[in-house]
Amino acid sequence: MTETTQNLGKVISVNGNLLSVEFSGKVSMNEICYVKVDDNALKSEVIRIRGNVAQIQVYEMTNGIKCGDTVEFTGDMLSAELGPGLLGQIFDGLQNPLPLLAEKAGWFLERGIYAGALDTERKWEFTPTAKAGDKVRAGEYVGTVPEGFFTHKIFVPFYLLDTYTVKSVAEKGEYTLKDTIAVITDEFGNEIPLTLSFKWPVKRAINCYTERLAPEETMETKVRLIDSFFPVAKGGTYCIPGPFGAGKTVLQHTTSRNADVDIVIIAACGERAGEVVETITEFPEIIDPRTDRSLMERTIIICNTSSMPVASREASVYTSVTLAEYYRQMGLNVLLLADSTSRWAQALREMSGRLEEIPGEEAFPAYLESYIAAFYERAGYVRLPDGSKGSVTIGGTVSPAGGNFEEPVTQATLKVVGAFHGLSRERSDARKYPAIDPMISWSKYGSVIDANKIDFCKEVMLHGDEIESMMKVIGEDGTSLEDFIIYLKEEMLDAVYFQQNSFDEVDANCQKDRQIYVIDKLVGILGSDFELKDRDSARTFFNRLRQKFIDWNYTVFKSDDFYKLEKEIDKLYEECGGKLTQRAQELLKVVG
Amino acid sequence: MNKVFNRIESIIGNVITVRATGVKYNELAQITTRFGKSLAQVNKIDGDIISLQVFAGGQGVSTGDEVRFLGSEMRVSFSEDLLGRIFNGSGEPRDNGPALTDNMTTIGRPSVNPTKRILANRMLRTNIPMIDMFNTLVVSQKLPIFSISGEPYNQLLARIALQAEADVIVLGGMGLKYDDFLYFKNTLADGGALSKTVMFIHTAADPTVECMMIPDMALAVAEQFALQDKDVLVLLTDMTNFADAMKEIAITQEQVPSNRGYPGDLYSQLASRYEKAVDFANSGSVTVLGVTTMPGDDVTHPVPDNTGYITEGQYYLKGGRIEPFGSLSRLKQNVNGKTRKDHRALMDAMIRMYSAYKDTLEKKNMGFMMSRWDEKLLKYGELFEERLMDLSVNLSLEDALNVGWEILAECFEKDETGIKSELTDEFWPVK
Repeated sequence: MTETTQNLGKVISVNGNLLSVEFSGKVSMNEICYVKVDDNALKSEVIRIRGNVAQIQVYEMTNGIKCGDTVEFTGDMLSAELGPGLLGQIFDGLQNPLPLLAEKAGWFLERGIYAGALDTERKWEFTPTAKAGDKVRAGEYVGTVPEGFFTHKIFVPFYLLDTYTVKSVAEKGEYTLKDTIAVITDEFGNEIPLTLSFKWPVKRAINCYTERLAPEETMETKVRLIDSFFPVAKGGTYCIPGPFGAGKTVLQHTTSRNADVDIVIIAACGERAGEVVETITEFPEIIDPRTDRSLMERTIIICNTSSMPVASREASVYTSVTLAEYYRQMGLNVLLLADSTSRWAQALREMSGRLEEIPGEEAFPAYLESYIAAFYERAGYVRLPDGSKGSVTIGGTVSPAGGNFEEPVTQATLKVVGAFHGLSRERSDARKYPAIDPMISWSKYGSVIDANKIDFCKEVMLHGDEIESMMKVIGEDGTSLEDFIIYLKEEMLDAVYFQQNSFDEVDANCQKDRQIYVIDKLVGILGSDFELKDRDSARTFFNRLRQKFIDWNYTVFKSDDFYKLEKEIDKLYEECGGKLTQRAQELLKVVG
Repeated sequence: MNKVFNRIESIIGNVITVRATGVKYNELAQITTRFGKSLAQVNKIDGDIISLQVFAGGQGVSTGDEVRFLGSEMRVSFSEDLLGRIFNGSGEPRDNGPALTDNMTTIGRPSVNPTKRILANRMLRTNIPMIDMFNTLVVSQKLPIFSISGEPYNQLLARIALQAEADVIVLGGMGLKYDDFLYFKNTLADGGALSKTVMFIHTAADPTVECMMIPDMALAVAEQFALQDKDVLVLLTDMTNFADAMKEIAITQEQVPSNRGYPGDLYSQLASRYEKAVDFANSGSVTVLGVTTMPGDDVTHPVPDNTGYITEGQYYLKGGRIEPFGSLSRLKQNVNGKTRKDHRALMDAMIRMYSAYKDTLEKKNMGFMMSRWDEKLLKYGELFEERLMDLSVNLSLEDALNVGWEILAECFEKDETGIKSELTDEFWPVK
C-alpha cells in the first residue's frame, strides 16, 4: 500500500476489544484495519459504521491503546489464502501458522505478530490442464499440483465473475506461489495473471458449483450407534450437544480419525489447548489406512483455544469452513468438525454486548439463529463445473449452559442440522461410550442398515426402557417374566451394540460391513422367544450371551476367532431353545 | 510525564470517571483520597472520559481527589525474593516485609502458543488415595474442587500444598475469611513449606477490585517460575468469589448481563486464567488447582458450569469426602498406565463395586430383602469409605493399592471381582 492511497483513522474510544474510530475516507463493512500502538499494528475488523465513526473489533488484547492512536484501513475483507500447502498445517483463527509464530515469538502468542499462511518459497510441480483459447469461469481449473496424496487443482479465482479466455498457461514444471502460471483475459482484453494461490473473504460462502444435491451417501464413522442408528450423510450437518465431561471432544476426536472422508478440518474453537496438543502429538504418528500416509497429511487444524483473543475465535469458524469449501471444489469429501460452536456464539454475545445491542434470550444477539443457520448451510453435497461431486460435512459440538438443551444455541442449531447426537450425563456417568442418548437423538439421513431392522431395534429399546422405569417402582418381583426378558434384551442391545470400547483397536473401528453382519445376529436374538423358566435363569442366560457377544466384538471381522465365537453364540442360543418370531423371520428374510 | 487530574466527573460504585487525554487502555493510576492512596485501573475510554476501577473502592472518594496516571499497566515484581512473602491484591506486602520493585513483569500476558506445549504426562503425587489412585492429578493439569460452603476445601487445598511434589507453591486467596488466611499461613509454616510459597491474599474484608487482580498476579508469578524450569503448583480459592467480583464491576458499568447477572464473557475470563496451566517443552510447568464453591450445591450454576467446560475434570468434595462419582481427572489415563500394572484394573473394579454398593444401599433403604451378595457389598462399601475415602487417610499410591486389595480380599472371592486372573494371582493378599 503506497502513501498516497493510505486510508487512516484515529481511535476515539476503547471498550475491551471494541474500538470506535473516526475516519474520513471510504470504509467498508468487515474491512480489515490495523491499529498502531507502540511498535505494533494490531489486526482488526470493521463491524459497524455510523456516520464517520467505524466500530472495529480488535483480534488482539487492547492494552495500551489510547485516544488518537492511528488506524490504517486496508480495503480488504478478512480473507483466507487458498492454495497448495494448507494440508497438515496448524493455524490460528486468522490463518497464521502457529509453528511459524513460535519461531518468531517464542513461548507466547505475542500480539501484532503475523505470518503468511502458505510457504511462498516452496516449489510445486505444476501440470497444466487448460490451453490457450479455452473459455474458463471461476471455480474451473487451469492446472494441478500434487499435494501429498491429493491432486490439488489450481482454480480461476472464485471472485472473478465473468467468462474469461485463457491467453497462456505455464508449461509443466516447478513453480512457487509467486510465479504466474497462467494469464487469462476478460471480454475487453484486460489481462489477469493467475498464480497458484488467491484470497477469498471468509464470511462469504464459495458457490462456484453447478448444482447442490441432496446428501445421500452415509459418512462412515465406525461408531455403531451413529452409522446404524443416527447416521450422518456426506454433505450433511449434525450437532453433538452435551454437558461437560460427557465426551463431546473425545467423540469428535475419534471421528476425525475414522471418518471415511478425504480431508478433515478440525476447528478447535474456544476449547482447551491441551486437546489440540493431543491431536498435534498423535496425528503425525497414526497411519491412515486409506492412504497409507500419516493422518496429519489429510488434516488441517484451526486452533483458537479459549484463552486466545475472542474476536479471532469468531473468525476461526469462518476460516475453517472456507478451507473446507475450497477443497470440496476439487471434488473431495471434506469433514469440518467445529468444537465448540457455543464458544463461537459466546464470542458473538461478547461483541454484541459491547456494541450495546438489544439482547435476545440469555443475552445472545437477536441474529444468533440466522448466523448459526448460515454457517451450517455452507455444508453441502454439490456437482462441480467439471461434473465431479464434492461435499462438505459439518459436525459441531454444542456446550449448553448447565447441560440444558433448552438454551438458545442448542435450539437454534437443532433447527438447521440433519442429525442430532445428544449426549447425556446419565450415560457418561455410567461410563457408557459413546454417551449418545438413543432415547433423544435423531437423524434424517439414511442408515447403512435396513430401516426396518433399525425400527425393530428401536421398538425393543423403547419397550425395554418403559419396563425398566416401571421396575424401579414395583421391583423385579412384580415384573412378569415376559417383560423382564424384554428388559434384558434392551440391556443387551445397549451393551453389545450401542456401546463400544474406544480403547480396543478392533471394537473402536466397527466397519460398515461388520455392522450389517452383526445387526442380523442381534435382530435374531432380540426377535426370538426362549425357553426360560424364571427370572434368574433368564438373567444368567443373557449375561452369558452378552459376554460372548462383547468378546465377539473384539475379534477381527471374519477371522477364525470371529467364526468360532459366532458358533458359540449360536450354540448358546440353541441351548436355550431360541426360536425366531414371525416378525424377526420376515425382517431377516427381506435382505437375506 | 505523569499527568495529574484534580476533577473526578462521576463516582458510581467502585468506578470513577475523569476527563483526561493521552491515557492508555488498562493503564494504572494512583488516586489520593482522605484515607490514603489507592491504585486504579483504566477499563474504558470514551473520548476524553476515562473510566477507572478503584482498587480500594469508591467509598470516601471525593470529586476533588487527585488522580495521577502512572503510564504503565499492572505489574508484579518477580524474583526469588518473592518466596515466603505475602501480598495483597494491589501487589503490596501484607506481611510487614519490604515492598519489591525489581524485575517488574506485566500481569495477564498473552497465552502460550499451543505448539509450544507438551502433552501432560507426569503424575503429581498428593498421597490422598481418592486423588492418586482414582483420579490422578497430572502435572500441568487444571482442576477445580467443586464444593459447597462449609466443606473443608481449604483444609484439603492446604494438605495438597504440603504434600504435593512441587518446587514452588503460589497461593491466590480471593474473598478468604481471615481465619482461613491464618490457617493457610500457619499450616504451611508448620509444614515447613512457607519458604517455597508465595501468597497473594484478598480477604473478604478487602475491596472488591483487588479480588479481581489476584489470579492474574498469582499466575504471572507462576509462569515466570515455570520458565525458570520450576514445577509450580498454583492454588486458587475461591474462584466463585472472583467471578462475583467481575459480576459486581460489570453491573456497575451497566454491561448487559447474560446468565444470572454474570457478564457474557465469564467463560473467556475464567478460561484465560485456567489456561495458564501449562507444561513447557524442556522447561517447567504450572499446575492449577482451584476451589469453586457451588451456591446451593448446584453444578449448573454459571460459575461451576463454565468452569467444568474449561478445566480438565473436577474433584467433587461432599460430606467431607472426595466423591468418586462426579469427580473426574480427564488426564489420569495419561499417567495411570505407567504407575503399577494393577492400578487401572483395581481402580475400575473398586469403583464398579462401590457403585453396586450404592445401588444395594438404596434397595436396603427401600426395604428390599438383602441377599448374601448384597451383604458382601454392604461390608465392602463401609470398608472402602473408612479406609480409602476418608479425607484423613494419608497413603502413598502403592500403599493405597495394597489397601484396596486387602479390602477386596476381606469381602469377596477372587472371581467375584471381575479382575483379570493374571492380576489377582499376583496381588491377592494371602490370608
